[in-house]
Amino acid sequence: MKREIVKKAVPIRKLSIEERRTTFKEVVLGYSEEEAIAEAKRCLQCSNPPCVKACPLHIDIPGFIKLIAEGKFDEALAKVKEKNEFPAITGRVCPQELLCQKVCTLGKIGDPVSIGKLERFIGDYELKRGLRAPKVKAKSGKKVAVIGSGPAGLMVAVELAKLGHKVTIFEALHKPGGVLTYGVPNFRLPKDVVEAYINYVKDLGVEIKVDSVIGRLYTIDELLKVYDAVFIGTGAGTPKFLGVPGENLNGIYSANEFLIRVNLMKANEFPNYDTPIKVGERVAVIGGGNVAMDAARVALRLGAKEVTVIYRRTEAEMPARREEIENAKEEGVKFVFLAQPVEFIGDESGWVKKVKCVRMKLGEPDETGRRRPIPIPGSELLVDVDTVVIAIGARVNPLIQRTCPGLEVRRDGTIVTDERGRTSIKRVYAAGDVVTGAATVIEALAAGREVAETIHEDLTKSA
Amino acid sequence: MFKIVKKRTLAPIIKEIEVEVPEIARKAKPGQFVIVRVDERGERIPLTIVDYDRCRGIITLVFQEVGTSTKKLGRLNEGDYIADIVGPLGNPTELKRYGTVVCIGGGVGISAIYPVARALKEYGNYVISIIGARTSELLILEDEVRSVSNELYITTDDGSKGRKGFTTDVLKDLIAEGRHIDLVYAVGPTIMMKVVADVTRPYKIKTIVSLNPIMVDGSGMCGACRVRIGGQVKFACIDGPEFDAHLVDFDELLARLRMYKEEEKLSLELYEKRVKAHET
Repeated sequence: MKREIVKKAVPIRKLSIEERRTTFKEVVLGYSEEEAIAEAKRCLQCSNPPCVKACPLHIDIPGFIKLIAEGKFDEALAKVKEKNEFPAITGRVCPQELLCQKVCTLGKIGDPVSIGKLERFIGDYELKRGLRAPKVKAKSGKKVAVIGSGPAGLMVAVELAKLGHKVTIFEALHKPGGVLTYGVPNFRLPKDVVEAYINYVKDLGVEIKVDSVIGRLYTIDELLKVYDAVFIGTGAGTPKFLGVPGENLNGIYSANEFLIRVNLMKANEFPNYDTPIKVGERVAVIGGGNVAMDAARVALRLGAKEVTVIYRRTEAEMPARREEIENAKEEGVKFVFLAQPVEFIGDESGWVKKVKCVRMKLGEPDETGRRRPIPIPGSELLVDVDTVVIAIGARVNPLIQRTCPGLEVRRDGTIVTDERGRTSIKRVYAAGDVVTGAATVIEALAAGREVAETIHEDLTKSA
Repeated sequence: MFKIVKKRTLAPIIKEIEVEVPEIARKAKPGQFVIVRVDERGERIPLTIVDYDRCRGIITLVFQEVGTSTKKLGRLNEGDYIADIVGPLGNPTELKRYGTVVCIGGGVGISAIYPVARALKEYGNYVISIIGARTSELLILEDEVRSVSNELYITTDDGSKGRKGFTTDVLKDLIAEGRHIDLVYAVGPTIMMKVVADVTRPYKIKTIVSLNPIMVDGSGMCGACRVRIGGQVKFACIDGPEFDAHLVDFDELLARLRMYKEEEKLSLELYEKRVKAHET
């Protein structure tokens, strides 16, 4: 029987705009079983599927989609979990449009298969059913310290725990999850999803020690005395600033601080929670990535009348996911393209009032392939603001590197490893943003899984 | 959860608590601080580690009840628990033999100079301490500081104890008397630290201050505590909290400390209402 080609994807339901402007509830509602089956049936089941190659985790995408199409959700879930322990997270935050869905054969003649939405569907299916920790191998007697409970750390912990190693995660904040907890807002990644996975990790026998800043509480050397291996997955969590005059005026936040206050400290519920946040009527967000979109959408939800994203290139070069740019636009976020702040102007009591920008034009492509923004001399743009959020990226946190002299790092603080994730210190491994610089959740997960294999190999070799 | 094992009232609104945190106690050094989150709804606030007992696994914290978080903390009693304590954070004080050091503590800042003065004395320095408060009632840890100082001077704004005036008045006199000073170490209200810097600058006396900006995570993640040091932006949590006083942009720090004034007031009013409702 010849397969019928359906060019249009099953549309995804979203929360009403009114609710989106005032609550932190998840915006994208996900597929129902019927919708998921209908969408899954669109998959052409390519014999040499390009999507699998494009997926950093190499999930058997046609395989799990076929099982969804057949209504075999438990089997579909098992198929995904062969490669990815966290489908409800990656289904939500992974940039599928640049990976699996970009190369989807169906995408050449119509909408690509909504692989991400299907992955999320199967992830949510598991969450609803209840996460069940798989059987772990017999205890190896080996102890591993994992520093950081973000995507890389969680993946390493899960993989090693399943192999029978005793894993302890050290987390600096009072809640585990790393960027999934403090960074990505609830309307994009509900916190109960993250919490469910954290509990799953604990059920696997992993101990999570919060409030533990490694580099201060323990050095790497001290951990090596107790643990057989140490994995550094501290990510890229230190905010970058522009380095322009007026940047320390009151009312100017790094995106990290802005998001931490809301996501981690619940400043959106001040004064019922003690941590305040200051959001005026006019908010400018500087930057064009996902974090900038998150910050802009948080600002709207905190009551800002006008939220403007200021980006130095054009919409086409924005690193944020299309989906999130669309979500931001739907909610009323405005955009000023081709403008770069050169100064923040404050009032007499030290509060930011204006952002002074220079106009930009696009020149030749740079090393990232995107056209380089060039300032137009003499041009000027003044934007009135009460609050500014700077979301121009993050560097790696220097704390561990500073307190571990033998650890080889690059000039930007990223840790040098071999292709298997081994650092310059024996028994110390690293992966994720702390090695690559700020990147995506899926890349950190993939790197985490690979380095877990290395650690397991080295641990069993030395046994 | 961390247990308060001892509580002492040092002054009407200044409390001292000993908390069981063995991991931090074994690692703490003078000049470092912890981030405390009192309860599930609490803020993360930085507090100086005033003392530590490695054997008993205890750290000592001193705080003035000025806002919701410190008032909440002040209401806890021996046997109660604090939700989170993170540390030790910040770079420890550089301890060595400088020669003659003047340690200046203002208000609750006296508690912060105590461990440093003690350590500097152990390193063989001649320690002159100047401690000051608004009024005698608020002057804390006098005996403790005296016990680790070669000389102790006391000032109060109203003259109710020691010399009437400010700690910096004594510092000025010491300099005017021609006393040789190798290092000044000052902790107190930001305005006091600013004046100390102004006093010692013309004489090029090395001066260290421990800054107290607003912090959230305390581990270099948010940048709330950014301060300008010699024109460079630094994070007090990981680059400090101690800096060369002559390089600190105090005016900017003073402005930044006022960022949440209205919210702090609102939060405190609500908290006190809740406490009252609870008590009646």
